[in-house]
Amino acid sequence: MLRISIDRLNELFDAAAEKQTLYIPVDREDGGAEYKKYEKGMKLSRSLNTVRSAKDFFFPQTEDLMEFRVDKKNIEVKDIRSEAEDFVIFGVKACDVRSFSILDKVYLSDPVDSFYKNRRNHGVVISMACTHPAETCFCTAFGIDPLSPEGDAVCRMDNDYLYISALTDKGNAFIEQISHLFEDSSETEEEFGSKYRDIFSRLPLAGLSTDAFGGDKLDEYFNSDKWGELSESCIGCGTCTFVCPTCQCYDIKDFDTGNGIKRFRCWDSCMYSDFTKMAHGNPRLTQLERFRQRFMHKLVYFPACNNGEFGCVGCGRCLARCPVSMNIVKVMKDLEVKK
Amino acid sequence: MQEAMIKRAKELLAEGIVNRVIGWKRGEFAYDSTPAIFETPEELERDFVYDDLTASNLSKYLIKESRKAGKILAFLKPCDTYSLNQLTCEHRVIRENIHVIGIPCDPKIDAEKIKAKGISGILGIKNDGVDLTIDTIYGKESMPVSEAIMEKCLSCKGKKHVTYDELIGEDGELCDSGRFDMVAELEAMTAQERYDFWRSQLSKCIRCNACRNVCPACTCEKCVFDNDASGIANKAAADSFEENMFHIIRAFHVAGRCTDCGECSRVCPQNIPLHMLNRKFIKDINELYGTYQAGEKPDSVSPLTSYTLDDCEASIVHERGTE
Amino acid sequence: MNTTDTLIPYIGVVTEIRNDTPDVKTFRIEAPQGGKVFEHMPGQCAMLSIPGVGEAMFSITSSPTNTEFMEFSIKKCGHLTDWLHEMEVGQQITLRGPYGNAFPVETELKGKDLLFISGGIGLAPLRSVINYVRDKRSNYGKVDIIYGSRSKEDLVDYDEIMNEWKNSQDIAVHLTIDRPQEGWDGHVGFVPDFVRELAPSNSMTALVCGPPVMIKFTLAALKDLGFSESQVYTTMELRMKCGVGKCGRCNIGDKYVCKDGPVFRFDQLSRLPEEY
Repeated sequence: MLRISIDRLNELFDAAAEKQTLYIPVDREDGGAEYKKYEKGMKLSRSLNTVRSAKDFFFPQTEDLMEFRVDKKNIEVKDIRSEAEDFVIFGVKACDVRSFSILDKVYLSDPVDSFYKNRRNHGVVISMACTHPAETCFCTAFGIDPLSPEGDAVCRMDNDYLYISALTDKGNAFIEQISHLFEDSSETEEEFGSKYRDIFSRLPLAGLSTDAFGGDKLDEYFNSDKWGELSESCIGCGTCTFVCPTCQCYDIKDFDTGNGIKRFRCWDSCMYSDFTKMAHGNPRLTQLERFRQRFMHKLVYFPACNNGEFGCVGCGRCLARCPVSMNIVKVMKDLEVKK
Repeated sequence: MQEAMIKRAKELLAEGIVNRVIGWKRGEFAYDSTPAIFETPEELERDFVYDDLTASNLSKYLIKESRKAGKILAFLKPCDTYSLNQLTCEHRVIRENIHVIGIPCDPKIDAEKIKAKGISGILGIKNDGVDLTIDTIYGKESMPVSEAIMEKCLSCKGKKHVTYDELIGEDGELCDSGRFDMVAELEAMTAQERYDFWRSQLSKCIRCNACRNVCPACTCEKCVFDNDASGIANKAAADSFEENMFHIIRAFHVAGRCTDCGECSRVCPQNIPLHMLNRKFIKDINELYGTYQAGEKPDSVSPLTSYTLDDCEASIVHERGTE
Repeated sequence: MNTTDTLIPYIGVVTEIRNDTPDVKTFRIEAPQGGKVFEHMPGQCAMLSIPGVGEAMFSITSSPTNTEFMEFSIKKCGHLTDWLHEMEVGQQITLRGPYGNAFPVETELKGKDLLFISGGIGLAPLRSVINYVRDKRSNYGKVDIIYGSRSKEDLVDYDEIMNEWKNSQDIAVHLTIDRPQEGWDGHVGFVPDFVRELAPSNSMTALVCGPPVMIKFTLAALKDLGFSESQVYTTMELRMKCGVGKCGRCNIGDKYVCKDGPVFRFDQLSRLPEEY
């Protein structure tokens, strides 16, 4: 691997930011971390993860799709898309990097979503190995190796050095730009990983298993009598959905700018009462049904459509943020039909 | 305390006075209890938890629960009883179907404040009244309790229950925690500074609706922001004006009814101090119409929905609005 | 950017408006330069929109064999449809599609005896198939149509049914209305009961569309007549925003109704969670 002393991190950021827009996680004054466009002197957050996931880079909370000019009976459609600028997201953890490939399965499948693809094409993902997981972490349950994240290039950081190695051409190109900052190191990925590996087995959710779930489990769980009790406390907000790196449902809305109509899309949540509401009725009338949809989608429907891959990456954000602390781990543990 | 609560709940279930209990269910960690309904002594023994991390206000659940068959036992902290009174006052709950046990509380601990210190991998939290000892997968950590107290408890209205059918422990006294000090600080800002403050806060909003959905004063069956026919239904702000308006309109809607329970700020994933908007209204009401505490009595009449000859002139309100 | 995106719609012009029933109008849509905006197969849908008012999914009522225009029969039942009903000829709208699968007119249905059963506005998606079958009549066997509505006035496309379908020698049309009415000497009664009375041969393939309750009882009637679930097709309606299986609204089990549907056989539907 290549390495750079962690005292020189800002040199690295300065150099990278000169070549393209760079986003790094920084601590917010009021607690929690968020990705910010790098400006000179910004300090890399050492917290485990950002409050909002990194999906925002490719699937932003709101996004303008097109504009219309309406003149009496005539309508003109204005395509406002333009090529995205190149950007680098630095320090994405393994869970969030995996979420990109889950979003890809939705947005890059036919017909390709050009808005998403545009940003995906121009984004370079520099991931960061986890060395200090939280009690809410359970990515390993989904086959993710937090010490060897995916991405275009992967960083590993200890108290002295940041190590970097490329995984893709994009990653190589990124390192190439700033290669003068790095020196060779004999430390290997395996050596680095072995120092931290045992921490993950001490996590309280280390034993969580997905074995009982999957694409063929509709009948086992859809009519389970557990849903009533599990959904009882749910207040029907969208916190879990919006902090979730893999939740990708959206709404399309029009907005009268006073100078034409702007059509935009925004995050939506299956937890909301109007998500499936039609002029003549609503197939999901109760919070139980809406709650069930979200978890069935992640644990059964998504795997059914995607060769067994689950729609969750175990980042733990919903565990930390749900106002009533009801979450996918509690659902899995309670629902699980043991063989 | 937890043991006394479980014991009393089991008695009331056994005597048939109530057929279910609303309380908090133990979670995966030390701090993630979930509001839950308990119907059997076994469930209570196994899952019921009450400690200095069980902070959520259970009152809003009683809207639905008090309409079900039988009577429900609700354990309410002092501040939660204000919410219940206000809901009773607005005919949102059927009070006769609720057996309220007032429970005392010490300031609640905010796990987020512990995590903000960089403490991670939390396995257990012990509170000796002065310090917290936090057991983590990385070893033991400690921090002063005073630095981990939940925001809503720092501005406690007091430990007196305003409604209950019985109490466990002694009833407490009202207290003045100086909860309007921060409002006064905001008032002392220039209009531009204040605008900038709120813009920076409200622009963080992700419109998850957690504040609205947890709020015991937000009890409309169909919120105006969810109603397509209202013309202002939206899931995301189309511009910064809408971003501001969601929270400001909500604050207006609950003005005179908000009991300052602090749940909105507790649940905000973006740490927006939403309670400050509501508290500004409470302070204004106190100053303009005389001291009034929503939820203090089950039959109180809000100054904003009533008129007396002593009410301040509209022009005074108008002039205050110019700065 | 020079790529297309399915979310960006085409423009269409309303060139004719027909008042079918007190609350159903049929709109003829053409491209601004004339002709169809895009091609489709029977059963497929399109997203129609008036910018600033809304966008929603409607089934394409006209047959793909119609080379000049597309038609949409739309019931007034909400914000957008209220607006559409106020439109005048010459109004432009936006449309995108075609979305979803189609009735398998060129595969599974080919050579089969077809039984169309529909209620009210449920005729809209089936009309596309019926006219397709009429235009390629030799590819199919016997054709029976059972259609009912609340009253005579609520029969959608009544003129086409009476003047064209009824006069076709090789199509049997059976109409019914819910309650007796002056000037109606045809059958009176609900569609499912009428199906039982007519007792069509269970060697036929049925295509059913109508209100959920009608579909439910019609399916029961067909089963009693010896039809299996795999002989009965229907088309579904759920809330949709994107039309391509991404926005998540019409997800039921492992299916997205906008993409994997809206046409399903009942043996496929019965494997899905009952959320429609």
